[in-house]
Amino acid sequence: MRGATHARWAVCAVAAALAATACGGGSGSGDAGAVLSASWGDPQNPLEPANTNEVQGGKVLDMIFRGLKRYDPETGEAENMLAERIETSDSQHYTVTVKDGWTFSNGEKVTARSFVDAWNYGASLRNNQRNAYFFGYIAGYDEVHPEDGGEQTADTLSGLEVVDDRTFTVTLSQKFSGFPDTLGYNAFAPLPRAFFDDHDAWLEKPVGNGPYLVDSYTRGAQMSLRAWNDYPGPDRARNGGVDLKVYTDSNTAYTDLLAGNLDLADDIPASQLKNVRSDLDGRYLNTPAGIIQTLAFPYYDEDWNRPGMEKVRKGLSMAIDREQITDTIFRGTRTPATDWTSPVLGEDGGFKAGLCGEACEHRPDEARRLVAEGGGLPGGRVTLTYNADTGSHREWVDAVCNSINNALDDERACTGNPVGTFADFRNRITQRKMSGPFRAGWQMDYPLVQNFLQPLYYTDASSNDGKWSDEEFDALVDRANRETDAARAVRLFQRAEEVVRDRMAAIPLWYQNGSAGWSERLSDVKLNPFSVPVYDQIKVG
Amino acid sequence: MGRYVVRRLVQMVPVFVGATLLIFLMVNVMGDPIAGLCGERRCDPATAARLRAEFGLDRPVWQQYLTYMGNVFTGDFGTAFNGQEVTELMATAFPVTLRLTLIAILFEIVVGVTLGVVTGLRRGRPVDTGVLLLTLVVISVPTFVTGLLLQLLLGVKWGWIRPSVSTEAPFAELILPGLVLASVSLAYVTRLTRTSIAENRRSDYVRTAIAKGLPRHRVVTRHLLRNSLIPVVTFIGADVGFLMGGAIVTERIFNIHGVGYQLYQGILRQNTQTVVGFVTVLVLVFLVANLVVDLLYAVLDPRIRYV
Repeated sequence: MRGATHARWAVCAVAAALAATACGGGSGSGDAGAVLSASWGDPQNPLEPANTNEVQGGKVLDMIFRGLKRYDPETGEAENMLAERIETSDSQHYTVTVKDGWTFSNGEKVTARSFVDAWNYGASLRNNQRNAYFFGYIAGYDEVHPEDGGEQTADTLSGLEVVDDRTFTVTLSQKFSGFPDTLGYNAFAPLPRAFFDDHDAWLEKPVGNGPYLVDSYTRGAQMSLRAWNDYPGPDRARNGGVDLKVYTDSNTAYTDLLAGNLDLADDIPASQLKNVRSDLDGRYLNTPAGIIQTLAFPYYDEDWNRPGMEKVRKGLSMAIDREQITDTIFRGTRTPATDWTSPVLGEDGGFKAGLCGEACEHRPDEARRLVAEGGGLPGGRVTLTYNADTGSHREWVDAVCNSINNALDDERACTGNPVGTFADFRNRITQRKMSGPFRAGWQMDYPLVQNFLQPLYYTDASSNDGKWSDEEFDALVDRANRETDAARAVRLFQRAEEVVRDRMAAIPLWYQNGSAGWSERLSDVKLNPFSVPVYDQIKVG
Repeated sequence: MGRYVVRRLVQMVPVFVGATLLIFLMVNVMGDPIAGLCGERRCDPATAARLRAEFGLDRPVWQQYLTYMGNVFTGDFGTAFNGQEVTELMATAFPVTLRLTLIAILFEIVVGVTLGVVTGLRRGRPVDTGVLLLTLVVISVPTFVTGLLLQLLLGVKWGWIRPSVSTEAPFAELILPGLVLASVSLAYVTRLTRTSIAENRRSDYVRTAIAKGLPRHRVVTRHLLRNSLIPVVTFIGADVGFLMGGAIVTERIFNIHGVGYQLYQGILRQNTQTVVGFVTVLVLVFLVANLVVDLLYAVLDPRIRYV
């Protein structure tokens, strides 16, 4: 194996020397064989599709896998990739036809079974997959993944059935018209037999069906991906490959970019934002991503849940000077939020600028009046809890507190409460130990308005950290999910969002952008709505 | 001598157990690490319970500790959250940090001791004052400032070096990080040697050696330096362990994937297995380095004997 790799490189080197042509296929301008280097972080969990829930692992999966659907890097719209068609008559029973001609990079054909096996693996409690809940809509999930700690009574989802080589049916446990659009998420990727037959070997060197294949992988240090020459899809890589290098600190990645040691850094540190444009001479991108930051409230705490508190919450929201904070601290890499979704959804997708109305405007006088009307802050004070280990949260929490203190004209009204690590922060949230508002960030899993509302505000939903519960909201979401007409479904979701607004379930702060800087060698650098660079479109040279 | 070493080795056992227990408890006090594995959402209880069982977190702490220590003696340091064996992490991290430490120690010995001897022999002269001022500056400026500044100047502005160290981390790329890591200790070594030399220069045996007509370099190296090195050796010995574990800042600045990086990530993810495993090895390094220092005393000063 190793010998073969060496031989190929030798041939490439000779060919390059003789004819000055590059190895590897592809078309278009630039050097299609050239490899670029990009910054990366060590994935937190093993690199399996249903086990990866953060951006760093997601980057790799996005390069080596293609699912039934793929979200357009620019519009975020779910478009068929491996799916020839996904049909349903009742939003509950779906028939999926897989396109012919797709293979994994090891030659194995991608069939209906590749999907069904992968989904069964992801859903099964036995396999400890962090993203198992994504299969929760499929019938039979409760048997393969009993949430209450009971025994697992089935190995496979009863709602999945292979009809023939290219067709399988999906039965959901409830109506969900948006289901096909969720299928672009990495957890729904197909898996080759190699994954099940020799799992350890697969983890050492993952094999997928995307435009790149893994050439070598040194855990915690570097992953070399090369363009797959026989890739059957329409989005072939326009470069020879990508070397992902693990950086502990985004500052070092940025320094390396300036020194010409790195081609692409996709997380520009906050401290460099003020000089990034001059440093990189315009080779810098700052585009909206599907991330919103909010302040959630502990509704399990009587003090925050009594009648009248919605006025206090609204007052707090109006006390925050979002404009100033996003300008001075984030230098335009955040945009003040005016609803609870994200601009990447687009108007048709459910984003509605200004839905929040005056409640998201900076009106200190009104804020003071509302807080007083609502009975004042519990105990006269409010603490904002956040994790201090990542993401320069301290700066903005302090700024938000300053805003509130100024508006309420009380030096000691608001204080920040840092928690050392993210794990500890999450622990306190799940153990319901929050005594005041706390940081809540949400990065969408798929670009649907449903994903910004249901997981966060539906009764007992997985990310409803504040345990907010509202019958009207739940009913509207249920109706929207049943609705087969997309436009009508979006309108219902927006009505549900208005309920969130009227009760001020969480204070929207700002939409987060993705940022990237690159070297002179690169062109056509874009970020998709998940703030991940669209590697396959990047041209080198 | 032999009995002394054995006694010291036996003494290491309670120190070792105590230190690992403390670290184990400290990491445990930070709380349940599983909650951090599922992003901004609640892990579903069933998966969380299974993960807890997989990492042995569902049992009481004392039982976890005993199982862990039992495994450590068979060479099994457990598994990190990303599925990698901790021994595998150690095998990649320790060689890198060892090289970095070696370079740092070399800097301390070669540059530090030399500067110390030179300034000690020329007390009050411009050389002495200059070096003293320099060490003062180095000691007072935090490592991350020196590191970032040198990285920016040498790496970006002048382009002499790569600002970050590659995965293989060969010696050549570690010279600057090694210097940065050593800088503060280097200054201390210089000052220690200087004081010691200056003190001993006026002692009787040096006067005798000079009176015997020995050449100057022999007086300095064989008589003066050898007798002045004891405090310096103590300092450098303790520094070995400190440099290996304390390289977190330097390793972060230069993106070195060594012990500091693994510890930092282990602490952030509250991964008991990684943190305790690495600290255990560091504790061992500390203990052995201290023993070696004590034995070196006897070599430097024949009056010191171990029985």
